[in-house]
Amino acid sequence: MVTKAITAALDEELARDERVFVMGVDVEAALMGRTSGLATKYPGRIRNTPISEHATLGAGVGAAATGMRPVVDLMMSNFLYVAFDQLANNAGKLRYMMGGSLSCPLTIMVSTGAPGGMAAQHSDSPYAQVINLGGIKVLLPTTPADAKGMLKSAIRDPNPVLFLVHSGVGAIRGEVPDGEHLVPLGSARIAREGEDVTVVGLGVMVHRAVSAAEQLEAEGTSVEVIDPRSLHPLDYDTIFASVEKTGRLVVVDEARRSCSLGSEIVARVAVEAFGSLKAPPRLIANPDVHVPFAPELERQVIPQVEDIAESIRSLTAAVAGR
Amino acid sequence: MPNDGAAEVDTVARDGVDIELGLEILRRMLRIRRFEERVEALHGSGELLGAVHLYVGQEGVAGAVCAALRDDDFITSNHRGHGHVVGKGGELSRCMAELFARSTGYCGGKGGSMHLADMSLGIIGANGIVGAGIPIATGAALSSSMRGTDQVSVCFFGDGAANEGSFHESLNLAAIWSLPVVYVCENNGWGEATRMEVVTARGAIAPRAEAYGIPSATVDGNDALAVHAVASTAIARARAGEGPTLIEAMTRRMHEHSQGSEMILGRMRPDEELDLWRARDPIAALRSKLAGAGAEASELDALDESITAEAHAAVEFARSSPHPDPASAFTDVWADDADATGGAAS
Repeated sequence: MVTKAITAALDEELARDERVFVMGVDVEAALMGRTSGLATKYPGRIRNTPISEHATLGAGVGAAATGMRPVVDLMMSNFLYVAFDQLANNAGKLRYMMGGSLSCPLTIMVSTGAPGGMAAQHSDSPYAQVINLGGIKVLLPTTPADAKGMLKSAIRDPNPVLFLVHSGVGAIRGEVPDGEHLVPLGSARIAREGEDVTVVGLGVMVHRAVSAAEQLEAEGTSVEVIDPRSLHPLDYDTIFASVEKTGRLVVVDEARRSCSLGSEIVARVAVEAFGSLKAPPRLIANPDVHVPFAPELERQVIPQVEDIAESIRSLTAAVAGR
Repeated sequence: MPNDGAAEVDTVARDGVDIELGLEILRRMLRIRRFEERVEALHGSGELLGAVHLYVGQEGVAGAVCAALRDDDFITSNHRGHGHVVGKGGELSRCMAELFARSTGYCGGKGGSMHLADMSLGIIGANGIVGAGIPIATGAALSSSMRGTDQVSVCFFGDGAANEGSFHESLNLAAIWSLPVVYVCENNGWGEATRMEVVTARGAIAPRAEAYGIPSATVDGNDALAVHAVASTAIARARAGEGPTLIEAMTRRMHEHSQGSEMILGRMRPDEELDLWRARDPIAALRSKLAGAGAEASELDALDESITAEAHAAVEFARSSPHPDPASAFTDVWADDADATGGAAS
């Protein structure tokens, strides 16, 4: 499971490097499930904080700048906003403003996306905003193997890294390689190979895209699904190569569409791989509304498997002979 | 364990003046003053760009506190940061070169006045966001306490910053974790164009410590030896693992909030107020005390002259330094991936 893979990654990095520690609300009791069992194994290094996101993240910045490797767990993406000054004006900017004389090897961990029934203040996808702040790497793994390998890489990375745990993938199961498993940041994963259309998915949308791809395969359309998994830096080359092959692009992002990362991916392909496209690229994203509480309303605003399948069908309707 | 209530730390009445200590503090204060005088002239003539927030008048705080610190202790600073950076031992040449936006500046020309930093002296930087340095200093204290060193962190901030949420969150955190941090609030009576009392409940900062069970002290920020005594006590407490202290140092800046703001805001402070504080100039006061304790006037003059020369030399160094390489606009977003795997530079 992704959550267990995260715990394993933390365990290994805590064991490997005495500078690593975790702080956040209720990390000792592992309220979010990510730090289960670690408080007793690493006394003093899994530190419960008050509900003080600003000071907690700022203390993470200060500790990182002075020889430690903090992992600041702020629980959920919406709570990042409470600490936004330290994120926007400090973590990502101090190194640049100070001409490289300090670094901030800080990992920030939050859940992202809609867990279901949690409504607007507990369901956001903040990655586009954070990417645009500059100076902060952003990761969104969707499998246990990637969660483990990328969190380990994030902790070892000398830069501030926002490590996102998508609410929809916590319970996703998958093989995790034995031994030391590190995933380099900035490389995409091809979740499923195909020939007729490229679907780029973010977070749990990767899994929904794979489900849609299975439906479409039965209908005679071959769908390639790409999981960028590292959102900043993002491996555009893998996406361009795929679009070169298929000529068609659908991007699925669980985020309000305006200024979304999905729209950035569409724009980059349109600008830099326009010649490869046989049809205009598609973006499936939340409309510019908040995530509602009622399940039928929530299902309406968040992309579902059927939305993805329908978009692919209409995009490939003109494929000759299939 | 946090202290119970806000025990006032007495300002130590100094019957005798430690001349050697006094000279060290004076040296730091003069370096700040002579540097700022150059900056004032250069900004006024248009040779320096951007905003500068001068520290003139407050030298008693930075000079005295930094004299009580080791090079490996940490400080964070604010937009009025030349005083703290120079007070901690920052090189005048590299500070000035940064203000001149040259590649030899502390930030390679990429930060300017509000982002001077020197990690070799534990200066985690001046910061342009009011209150941002408070959690950062708290984290530096957390770092030394977890690493098991006896390094202390000092956070310099103003009366305005004490109304930021970051102040309250940080004091609470430092109190519950008994962190080795000294919070030094320079109460200069004014936040830009507004009197401190108008925007600050109870009109004082030190009493806030009581809410967090932290000891506090209020001290005359223009009596450098008194500041040093109070700061030394707080720093010793922190170094001994006894937790944080809040110091409120009463002082005044002699210039407006930032150079040029006078044109927009006019002179906000009445002449009587400025005259009163000019008469209490901390450098003149310390000189006078040292002279009274037997320091030779010629020695004091020689100190001032050599520092003045250092400040002028810093200007010449800056003026003759190269401008930044255009390619440097694109560097230092990311640190080198020394022990990460892959980690693409973007």
